[in-house]
Amino acid sequence: MKVEAKPDVQTSTAPKTGADLLIDLLINEGVETLFGYPGGAVLPIYDAIYRARGSIKHVLFRHEQGSIHAAEGYARITGKPGVVIATSGPGATNLVTGITDAMMDSLPLVIFTGQVARGVIGTDAFQEADVMAITTPITKHNYQVQNISDLPRIVKEAFHIASTGRPGPVLIDIPKDISAGELSQIPEEVTIHLPGYQPTTKPNPLQIKKLADAISKAMKPVILAGAGILHGKASKELTAFAEKHKIPVVTTLLGLGTIPATNPLSLGMGGMHGTYSANMAMYEADLLINIGARFDDRLTGNLKHFAPNAKVAHIDVDPAEIGKNVPTQIPIVSDSKEALVELMNQTAESPDTVGWLETLNKYKAEFPLWYKHNPNGMSPQWLIEAIHKVTNGDAVVTTDVGQHQMWAAQYYNFEKPHRWVTSGGLGTMGFGFPAAIGAQMASPGSTVVAIVGDAGFQMTLQELSVIYEQNLPVKIIIVNNGALGMVRQWQELLHGNRISESILNTQPDFVKLAEAYHIRGLKIESQEELITKLPEVFAYDGPVLMDCRVLQQEKVFPMIAPGKGIHEMIGVKPS
Amino acid sequence: MKRIISLTVQDRSGVLNRVTGLLQRRQFNISSISVGPTETEGISKMTLVVEVEDEQRLEQVTKQLNKQIDVLKVSDITDKAIVARELALIKVAGSSQLRSEINGIIDPFRALVIDVSKDSLTIQITGRPDKIDALIDLLRPYGIKEIARTGLTAFLRGHQPQVNELTTYSQIK
Ligand SMILES: Cc1ncc(C[n+]2csc(CCOP(=O)(O)OP(=O)(O)O)c2C)c(N)n1
Ligand SMILES: [Mg+2]
Repeated sequence: MKVEAKPDVQTSTAPKTGADLLIDLLINEGVETLFGYPGGAVLPIYDAIYRARGSIKHVLFRHEQGSIHAAEGYARITGKPGVVIATSGPGATNLVTGITDAMMDSLPLVIFTGQVARGVIGTDAFQEADVMAITTPITKHNYQVQNISDLPRIVKEAFHIASTGRPGPVLIDIPKDISAGELSQIPEEVTIHLPGYQPTTKPNPLQIKKLADAISKAMKPVILAGAGILHGKASKELTAFAEKHKIPVVTTLLGLGTIPATNPLSLGMGGMHGTYSANMAMYEADLLINIGARFDDRLTGNLKHFAPNAKVAHIDVDPAEIGKNVPTQIPIVSDSKEALVELMNQTAESPDTVGWLETLNKYKAEFPLWYKHNPNGMSPQWLIEAIHKVTNGDAVVTTDVGQHQMWAAQYYNFEKPHRWVTSGGLGTMGFGFPAAIGAQMASPGSTVVAIVGDAGFQMTLQELSVIYEQNLPVKIIIVNNGALGMVRQWQELLHGNRISESILNTQPDFVKLAEAYHIRGLKIESQEELITKLPEVFAYDGPVLMDCRVLQQEKVFPMIAPGKGIHEMIGVKPS
Repeated sequence: MKRIISLTVQDRSGVLNRVTGLLQRRQFNISSISVGPTETEGISKMTLVVEVEDEQRLEQVTKQLNKQIDVLKVSDITDKAIVARELALIKVAGSSQLRSEINGIIDPFRALVIDVSKDSLTIQITGRPDKIDALIDLLRPYGIKEIARTGLTAFLRGHQPQVNELTTYSQIK
């Protein structure tokens, strides 16, 4: 992924086509890797990629969905926009899931789709799709390029919009005659002028003071730490702030790692499968300080019972998130780091939280996360703990969606930020494995583990070709319960045990499948086997797939059933 | 409650779709929408009349609109001193004999007959929507063949009395 000296747009190697200009613009933006898939409408762009080889790397995925989830993984780890290219029509529509996923989880992406030539747009030409209309509700912004000379401005704006304020995906639709079009003159340097886009990043001092005063007066304050802290690179500030005032911290699913899991003030994850202490802290709190979380319903449960006694403060860079779901008394529109720095500068006194922490510690001790060891097979929770151990808790962990995702969230205790890649808002099966590819490309020296379900893995497993081809040492752990486990769990608990279409009676031989893709594969059927195999698997400098057979009937607990309040958890103790 | 929201937007292709799509997706009811150019080239003004349940929903709709990159300014002007007008064309059944009778009805509304044919009259009226509704009710007995309305367009009066606290939702800081 090393990039040679960046060619300058202004030098004598003047671009020849719109596509050449585009590639130069991407190199100037510092883009190192393109996640893509070619097709008719982007052939001119692939021609330019061919000419620019050596200056920019392109990774060919095996499905557009794989390319965009990889770009999301890359964006989550680096904080920089992942750049995706797909052709018009089916190429573009294959991206829709990934674009929506990035929108929901505020991941910066810049996506280029080919489009039919301007002259035939609107005629249902071959591989024409109305990508602008399709993606308007699922992008932060989108553009269709109408003139080659607009390209520099649009590309610059797109990167700016994608990566500032609340990050998100920005799509640029490029008609083929634009990318193939010859440049008559090299467009001038552009500056960004976006009068309708001026994110507020510095907090209002009066509101900060108000929050500081509220903290001084609180008896039972609690911080809810969301992914906004990761976007703001403010984990250190969060921990310092919590420690200064001795305020306990609940994290959201996406906020895991914002505070070290072993910090005594950390209560773990809140929400549907959160810890007892985290959920009760929010239930009993008299001051709830939300930093960069969006009060998703999987976190809050029934809003009627959410933080019923709390004054709510909400720090978010997106004003529309404040007051959207939960009435908020102290709104603070700001970047998370700026707000935390200002809060630390306040002189207001710390509250006395000794008694409150005692209560919460009692909850922690009395109702910890639990699972049973079963002599007949491997517990999935134990599997996650074993992976934690062998990776010293320092791996980059990506997951798919389902039970294994929740177990990874519960049992892979993150000590550091920017190690956790999961699909939160959209809950996209098929996300985990390609996201691991992008994460590994972003962080070549890190151990990257893709913890996936046996069902979700089958949605995007074709990208096994990519890890072989690129020699990416991703470790794939299939938490194989022979079921759409999360669906099965809901059917057992909430639908009278009517197990409808959620058992996978037929599965491929995952080991042979790995081998077919030239990758090492092994099947693990017992704890002993796992313990013997894990160290060598993680010592091996190449990709490995482990098909780990776990108990099918295991369920994720605690659980807040849909419609229930945050204090109405079931399964807080072994039955 | 019905609220009048005035939007200043960049005149780019797709901007109307962005606004209406957003309102539909977030389940806001649009009673009317009108768009047109302004004194500044490249800038358009949209006037939306939306039906919202409460303050919280109102705040949400203005914030979501503000998030659109092509939207420059959002203001809820319902409670301000504004001039607000709609134009309607109403085709009523009847021959020219009816004309004087109809004129008697529409005169107080300062409406005009702008087209007459063998079996119909077309009336043009400008005013606030409730005034237009009132005229339509009065004309109904004659048999209304067709109605076309532009939707409300509005802006602030030159002078704003300092009565009630003015709320702008462009940014909560
Ligand atoms: C694309 C997509 N389709 C359907 C679902 C609904 N869904 C959520 S979890 C789940 C089961 C996942 O099974 P598996 O991947 O084996 O993971 P497990 O729950 O067994 O750990 C399903 C079908 C989804 N989240 N995403
Ligand atoms: Mg499964």
